[in-house]
Amino acid sequence: MSARENRLGLGGLILRLHLGLVLLFLYVPILVMAALSFNRSQLYELPFTFDTVWYTTLAGNQRLIDAGINSVVIAIINTVVATTLGTMAALAFARYQFRGKSLLQLLLFPPITIPWLVIGTAMLVFFFWTGIGRGLHAILLGHVALSLPYVIVVVGARLANYPRMMEEAAATLGATPWQTFRRVTAPILAPGVVAAALFAFAVSFDQFVISYFLAPPGVNTLPVAIYAAIRKGFTPEINAISTIIIVVSMGVMLITARFYRFGGER
Amino acid sequence: MSQVDIIGAVKRYGDLAALDNVSMSFQDGEFFGLLGPSGSGKTTMLRAIAGFVSLDQGEVRVDGKDIGQTPVHARNIGMVFQNYALFPHMSVYENVAFGLDVRGVPAAEQRKRVADALAMVRLGSLEQRKPKQLSGGQQQRVALARALVTRPKVLLLDEPLGALDKHLRQEMQVELKRIQRDVGITTIFVTHDQEEALTLSDRIAIFNAGGIVQAGSPAEVYAKPVNRFAAGFLGEANFLEGRVVAIEGGWAKIDLATGGSAVIAGNGIQVGQPALLAVRPERLAIHPTTDTAPIGNRLTGTVGEVVFSGNSTTYRVRCGDRTVSVFRQNDGQPILAPDTPVGLQWEPDDAVLVRE
Repeated sequence: MSARENRLGLGGLILRLHLGLVLLFLYVPILVMAALSFNRSQLYELPFTFDTVWYTTLAGNQRLIDAGINSVVIAIINTVVATTLGTMAALAFARYQFRGKSLLQLLLFPPITIPWLVIGTAMLVFFFWTGIGRGLHAILLGHVALSLPYVIVVVGARLANYPRMMEEAAATLGATPWQTFRRVTAPILAPGVVAAALFAFAVSFDQFVISYFLAPPGVNTLPVAIYAAIRKGFTPEINAISTIIIVVSMGVMLITARFYRFGGER
Repeated sequence: MSQVDIIGAVKRYGDLAALDNVSMSFQDGEFFGLLGPSGSGKTTMLRAIAGFVSLDQGEVRVDGKDIGQTPVHARNIGMVFQNYALFPHMSVYENVAFGLDVRGVPAAEQRKRVADALAMVRLGSLEQRKPKQLSGGQQQRVALARALVTRPKVLLLDEPLGALDKHLRQEMQVELKRIQRDVGITTIFVTHDQEEALTLSDRIAIFNAGGIVQAGSPAEVYAKPVNRFAAGFLGEANFLEGRVVAIEGGWAKIDLATGGSAVIAGNGIQVGQPALLAVRPERLAIHPTTDTAPIGNRLTGTVGEVVFSGNSTTYRVRCGDRTVSVFRQNDGQPILAPDTPVGLQWEPDDAVLVRE
């Protein structure tokens, strides 16, 4: 039996090659970028000389720091707002019958598939026309609108897998509707809500096109600021901030995944 | 414990009457089975007692008090759901303690009552397990302990054993009956499994199309079904159509559509009326014969399908254009081969006169 497992057929070879290529193209660029953020040379020259100069430079770059703060603040507010609204909407879709429900459910998906460039243009025109204008408030509005469908779909998937009967059982056991929500519905939904919140955060934090369109001169989110910086010339400062972002976001993902096994019961 | 009365219950979904003016009394401490095909109203009735369905008309009374306006959580009922609906994020202990905890029962008392409840269902050692770590039968026991620990007035069971395999189901039937007797709680359960209904119930009600066709003890309903539906739904029945041709001294003579005639105790019927007889397969005696002369209470035909099931054999006998089922214990007589000409004989009190 072990001989059979060890023998590498053509199929096994292709599978391993496939895995290797995926890992290569996903992670090698990230690793190279992180490594070069610790390289002294501004022009990405080898040999590698360890230095934290680019992190020091970054600390002095007020423009990037301000943009980073904007991004984080917007992403956090967006996560709270979109997750709350989206969870409530998902509950309504799952629990109630109302007029126009199927139409609304259908309308959830186009924003996920329509190119962001198109949505961004449409939002810019609409916000200009209605007097909402450009600025951080407009960016936040745009991000909430964009993340809502993701939240509704993710929480909705969790709700669909969880029978209404649990709540009925809680009621027969004497739990008031509030006790039922707090002690049964909320804990069971929590993994779905956390996953949805991560999506909402990512949609906002990664968002370039819409932020770019809706940002007035002088106001930046991180992706917009990075793009502007790259146009002027690539410096390893960008590598440094990107590395920080990757480390932080991977940390958050790992911690969350540790607490909630996505999809399954805790 | 408590008596439950349903009075004139009506529940409509659009044009469909799920409950069409149904009245029924459940006696204190009795184990009552609601039986019927799906969509017949039995589940709607159970959910109306629980409070998940509000009636369009009529009342649900517990100990004489109308609870129509009482919300589910204030009704003090226990319910076991079809798939148990255990809370997946809580341990067995927390599941069972839930009903006590939301009522604000002190922790020390909670511990004692949960331990008692788990001991009652013989699950004392599994307190810290999560529901998904339990087998189907164990989950069923936890659900039962959880429903009974709050000392409800009524216990409602929705297809309680439906998700278990046959062997476990029979084991749990015995267990369920024992616990129900010990606790003495009025128990109402819904099932479409007639064997389960017959085994567990003190009384049963057969539902069809939003109404109760017949209610009574299992033996009574089985022996004296009131109509074709009740006879056919609970157990198997052979139906013989005919017409009353004479009544003499309390006996009615009926000419059968299959040829031949039958005699039956004839109360409340008149000469000339159409009559429908129901005969259970185990009440027909089968014997090989080539004599096809029509005599009373006998059909003749040939053996068709033979289904051997160890301790018994079921014969499908072709009598003219119809098939009659006969059930015989394998008590040493030879099994009849297909195509054997046979006579099927019964005594007057083996057949029941039923309505269409």
